[in-house]
Amino acid sequence: MPLYLNEDQQMLRDAAREFVGEQMPVAHMRALRDTNDTTGFSRDHWKQFAEMGFTGILIGEDHGGLGLGHVEAGVVLEEIGRNLAPSPFLSTAVAAVAALKGTGAAERWFPGIVSGDTVAALAIDESAKHRASVALKAERSGNGFKLTGAKQFVTHGHVADLLIVAARTSGSANDTDGVTLFAVPKDAAKLTATPERLADANLAARIEFDGVEVDADAVIGEVDAGRSPLDRLLRAGRTGASAELLGVGGGAMDMTVDYLKQRKQFGVPIGSFQALQHRAAHLYAEMEVARAAVLKAQQLLDAGDPKADAAVSVAKAMTGMATTLAVQEGVQMHGGIGMTDEYDIGFYMKRARVLAELFGDANFHADALATAAGY
Amino acid sequence: MTEDTFRTETRAWLEANCPPEMREPVRTDADVCWGGRDQSKLTQPQKDWMNRMGERGWTVPDWPKEYGGGGLNPAETKTLREEMARIRARNPLNSFGISMLGPALLKYGTEEQKKDHLPKIARGEIRWCQGYSEPNAGSDLASLATSAEDKGDHFLVNGQKVWTSYADYADWIFCLVRTDKTNKHNGISFVLFDMATPGVSTKPILLISGYSPFCETFFDDVKVPKENLVGTLNKGWDVAKYLLGHEREMISGMGLGGGSKNPLIEGALATIGVDHDGKLADPLLRAQIAQFEVRSKAFAAMSERFIDELKAGKAHPADPSMMKYYGTELNKSRHELMMAAGGSDALEWDSDRSDGGAAPRAWLRTKANSIEGGTSEVQLNIVAKRILELPGA
Ligand SMILES: Cc1cc2nc3c(=O)[nH]c(=O)nc-3n(C[C@H](O)[C@H](O)[C@H](O)COP(=O)(O)OP(=O)(O)OC[C@H]3O[C@@H](n4cnc5c(N)ncnc54)[C@H](O)[C@@H]3O)c2cc1C
Repeated sequence: MPLYLNEDQQMLRDAAREFVGEQMPVAHMRALRDTNDTTGFSRDHWKQFAEMGFTGILIGEDHGGLGLGHVEAGVVLEEIGRNLAPSPFLSTAVAAVAALKGTGAAERWFPGIVSGDTVAALAIDESAKHRASVALKAERSGNGFKLTGAKQFVTHGHVADLLIVAARTSGSANDTDGVTLFAVPKDAAKLTATPERLADANLAARIEFDGVEVDADAVIGEVDAGRSPLDRLLRAGRTGASAELLGVGGGAMDMTVDYLKQRKQFGVPIGSFQALQHRAAHLYAEMEVARAAVLKAQQLLDAGDPKADAAVSVAKAMTGMATTLAVQEGVQMHGGIGMTDEYDIGFYMKRARVLAELFGDANFHADALATAAGY
Repeated sequence: MTEDTFRTETRAWLEANCPPEMREPVRTDADVCWGGRDQSKLTQPQKDWMNRMGERGWTVPDWPKEYGGGGLNPAETKTLREEMARIRARNPLNSFGISMLGPALLKYGTEEQKKDHLPKIARGEIRWCQGYSEPNAGSDLASLATSAEDKGDHFLVNGQKVWTSYADYADWIFCLVRTDKTNKHNGISFVLFDMATPGVSTKPILLISGYSPFCETFFDDVKVPKENLVGTLNKGWDVAKYLLGHEREMISGMGLGGGSKNPLIEGALATIGVDHDGKLADPLLRAQIAQFEVRSKAFAAMSERFIDELKAGKAHPADPSMMKYYGTELNKSRHELMMAAGGSDALEWDSDRSDGGAAPRAWLRTKANSIEGGTSEVQLNIVAKRILELPGA
């Protein structure tokens, strides 16, 4: 398969670009922030995403979805990233769907996701840095389970209809086995979600599970064998976050290059200074390399290739590094105006930082690659 | 032929025809086969491998058959490369004819020039060198001064080139000459001539790596037949630029490393060892290597994408500059890390521990990657102007 978008994928990109660019430009997220919106995104837009089929992009046609792959999901995510559009698309339509796919829980949750009625959130992280360990306990109780512990960095966690929760059913925190993945409905008792506003103005919840009771059919896949759906979730989430990062970095770069052509100092456009030209050209190269890494990961994931895991880590680490450079150069090359709240470039810096942290940062993934390569 | 049958047949043919000696990694310069009129320094396995591949046109798999190529389509070419990589087959023939002159002749050459030169390139019969740079024309190549006077049936060439790689071993040269002194870019012509022509002389220059692969080249009343002009008179700059694109493409491939073994990681493990967790015992070097590996693997994807886009005609004409810049800077950092991993062993100039000096010499050689074929700074200028369309300084 050639490493560029085919015609159908380009058409999808054009549709996503037009819709997200017009309906959810940066001004949209700014307005949500300024009005201190407590949902964190627009439900109307989420419904429109459903009408366009985007919410079911990874869901099979038998379940009313589009039956497309990670390349296509990434095409939409890149436009979300480029416009800094607050949306539960990554957690719901990409990561949660990947976890549920092929399990008994799909029947229950897919229709709501496809119709845009259900928002899913991922309760995966237990510390300020993403790790593989799972300590939150799930004990058998009656014909179900009782969940005790806490999660954090759960984006949309306070408004989600469905929480995907990684819990420990046996063994200890760092064991690979003994993890079970649960689909927990939002109205479960003894669950408290406390939303916190993040640096990028999005909301993420800290969630306390104080003996939350769920039925046995809340289990996604098999008891004690939750690593498999969890890994699917993470592969999809990481690849999706990489695509969104690409959009954030690309958006920041485009704004910056544009500014270099407009802004005049010493009687000439600042973009005619070679010191800035070289930094811009270097940034372009980093972003293009990151773009190739993301497409490679998406294609391998869609092909079910065993090399996908490594490619996903490369994509997440590379987009983390490249986009971080893009937003830093963006603010610097804008000069003083880059530091103002009124101007958009700073929003890109904040969003990039959040996405770089999500599902493991560049160091986490470089370390994973090193460990897998035996050093 | 379906892709699967092509793959099966290719695999079988390579298995039968690639000598075992040609499946060992290249260690020193002597392991690299350049072909040429004088083949006395080639080993028998080198000759066999080059000739067998040359007969099938597989030294240049995607060139047309009529010019000595393999006539393969892009998918087949990719399959052939994959199958060669699978058995870790060496490149059968290294050649500026293949990577630089060939593509330029295919685009700008006359039918006679193509029929005459391309098959000899494909079979490794003639070794070419590149006469571009001059003492006062490096990055500003178009200010070159070597002159070619029109003498009716021939040009009379006088002047000096510099940094001409392997001029002392080359059979022919593709050369930029000035045919109009009044016009900088539109006064340059692209000519070909035999290095054995009277008036051509070369003098090797010693490099920091201890090798002397390149030369000063002098032309003293050299007679070049008119039919050796490629493209239009005074329009040689177009040919030169087109060729440079291909040169940059080739050099960017250096960022890829190669083979399934990773000498950087293996070297580090061998000299430094692991801690109780099984991790490289120098955590800072481990982190640097891991970050480098992310870039290197991402660049491998970029190279694949670049080739796919080139074949589909989707690449920006200035993309080779971006690739050249990134690939060569990456290759330099790979060798810095390899030196750090090797420690004092890698510093030994001639010993077994440094693979007969391959380690320090290769490290020093890579420093030229970001100079040859146009410096990194020049590539960044091109990306800034032609892709990002930033205003001229
Ligand atoms: C190993 C090797 C093999 C080579 N093989 C060949 C060959 O076979 N045939 C051949 O013809 N040539 C060959 N070259 C020559 C090569 O193409 C030139 O060295 C190269 O183009 C740079 O020219 P220069 O050495 O004159 O450096 P200069 O042009 O003098 O550059 C000096 C420094 O100034 C910088 N600089 C120059 N102009 C600018 C600008 N506009 N903006 C910013 N920075 C600038 C450069 O980047 C560099 O850092 C080879 C070089 C090497 C190292």
